[in-house]
Amino acid sequence: MSKPAAQAKPRKTFLQWCKSMRGQQIICTVTFLAVPLLLLFTFTYLPFFKMVEFSFFDMRYIGRREFVGLDNYIDVFTRDDCFQALKLSLYYMVGSVVQMAIALLFATILSFHVRGSKFFRGALYFPCLICGIAVGFIFKFFFTHGFVLDTLLSWVGFDVESLPYWLRDESINNIVLVACSVWKYVGQNIVMFIGAIASVDSTLYEAAEIDGANAWHRFKDIILPSIRTIVVLNLIISVSGALSAFEMPYVVTGGGFGTSTYFVIMDKLAHVDQKVGLASAMAIVLLALIMVVTFVQKRAEKWLDERDSRTPKAVVKADPNTAAQASSARPAHAE
Amino acid sequence: MPSNAAIRAKNITINILKYVLLIFSAFVALVPIVSLVNTAFKTEEEYANTNVMTLPENWLNFDNFITAWQQADMGRAFLNSFIILVCVLTGSVMISSMLAYVLNRFKFPGNGLIRNAFMIATLIPGIAAQVTVYQIMTSLHLVNSMPGYIILMMGTDVITIYIFLQFFENLSVSLDESAILDGCTYFGVFFKILLPLLKPAIVTSAILKGVGTYNEYYMANLYLQDKTKYQVVSTSLYVFSGPMGSQYNYICAGVIITIIPALIVFLLCQDQIYSGMAAGAVKG
Repeated sequence: MSKPAAQAKPRKTFLQWCKSMRGQQIICTVTFLAVPLLLLFTFTYLPFFKMVEFSFFDMRYIGRREFVGLDNYIDVFTRDDCFQALKLSLYYMVGSVVQMAIALLFATILSFHVRGSKFFRGALYFPCLICGIAVGFIFKFFFTHGFVLDTLLSWVGFDVESLPYWLRDESINNIVLVACSVWKYVGQNIVMFIGAIASVDSTLYEAAEIDGANAWHRFKDIILPSIRTIVVLNLIISVSGALSAFEMPYVVTGGGFGTSTYFVIMDKLAHVDQKVGLASAMAIVLLALIMVVTFVQKRAEKWLDERDSRTPKAVVKADPNTAAQASSARPAHAE
Repeated sequence: MPSNAAIRAKNITINILKYVLLIFSAFVALVPIVSLVNTAFKTEEEYANTNVMTLPENWLNFDNFITAWQQADMGRAFLNSFIILVCVLTGSVMISSMLAYVLNRFKFPGNGLIRNAFMIATLIPGIAAQVTVYQIMTSLHLVNSMPGYIILMMGTDVITIYIFLQFFENLSVSLDESAILDGCTYFGVFFKILLPLLKPAIVTSAILKGVGTYNEYYMANLYLQDKTKYQVVSTSLYVFSGPMGSQYNYICAGVIITIIPALIVFLLCQDQIYSGMAAGAVKG
């Protein structure tokens, strides 16, 4: 709380300074910012700098370390289990496109009059409130040979013996894990898109109806252009999410049977094998990739904004912030 | 020109298709969860001899729940989770609302920089950061300590900060000004005038942060290593992954126990969760 620079000035004015509005404001700013900035520095930026530092060393968490230059980075690109693992991200990228499509479909359906819409939205959203470890057990149980899924399939005519081992068969298990991930997270996108659709001017639907537009036209010509910015942004965000895919392989298969994604391997290298330097190098490489994706995202955001302002459509909420505000303000005011 | 009857027939088809889709998706979303209930009520013998989808004989057989509760020492887990929740929520609500107050109300050099610093922080994936956070926590002697985990969880949560920032934007500055004319200090303005008005934002962010904290398992597993003393609800389930790995009648019961609190919170606070999601997800 003390401001050494201020204390150096004559002492009797210091108290006055403290009481003045300007002084108060500065004291208030400093005290209110101290804790959050300290936490931000200690647990986000300091780790980042350490990561850069560690990536040049061969080291464990405790004990001696040895400078190895770029060896860790060379390892990341040449070892079979590091950079190669990013191939699995392709599954997750395809998964996130599918996830967006599903989310758009259901957000559109649920945005208009549907019986039991509250129930359906809740059912689709609830999975993302379940703890990751619990989800892991749920799917181990669900996919075990002869258990839930196999039984359901046998009811509709499949022969249980001919069904594959969903989590062990390396030709399909990654697709199964992606499906699990879609199952858990699609609800979030649905809720977000419903919020965005709610901010579309509803008189447009009435006008379209008079013009004889059907549901598909309503979706294609009104809804999609209005929420395009949010959809594209989420798509790009989920691409960087796909690069850092972690949860499902970690909790369901533990990374076994060829399901280890980049981060699962990094986690194991760091905390099991204690190859901290190599793990740091992996983290840095992925961070660089994410930066590139984010840069593309920012460009896309700017481009979309400019395009939207050039072709003014009555509806368009070009700025995602205003759309978010509109959507979040709605339920709050409904209270 | 399609006739009216044709249009009506088409509308009915679309409607039917719509509900078929919705019911199917709700089925897909819920079956993995609901199928646990079945097995959780079965006796060991039943579990061994019947298909997982056959209904249990006795729906009031709570033995598995009792065993799971004892095996996973869930009493302690719930107590620890509760302590962590109370501390993390109080801390993060205070930290984030103060930060948002200063960033929203005061113009000072570095304001934009600080906002950006918090936004950029979200780019670093949590799992990657833990490679070196672990080393920092070790050197601060915060591994295997509840306060250490609480501080880490309290840390910088952009979604909470964003919810508060947004809320402050909608609170008129004239409130502050009139209070200051009445002789209130800036601290007074924040604690006496604004904090009570922030209640909706506090509720929203506390629910989101609360569910997130309750479900957090990766850092809990990493930093609360003494599983007999410091286990929390999410990590208590790890008991079942060892030698008990195939006793699904206990596992199902254990999983259901951990889901119930989340389900209750969800049923009570759906609207806040949805609005918080919409606010946070776009920025996050």
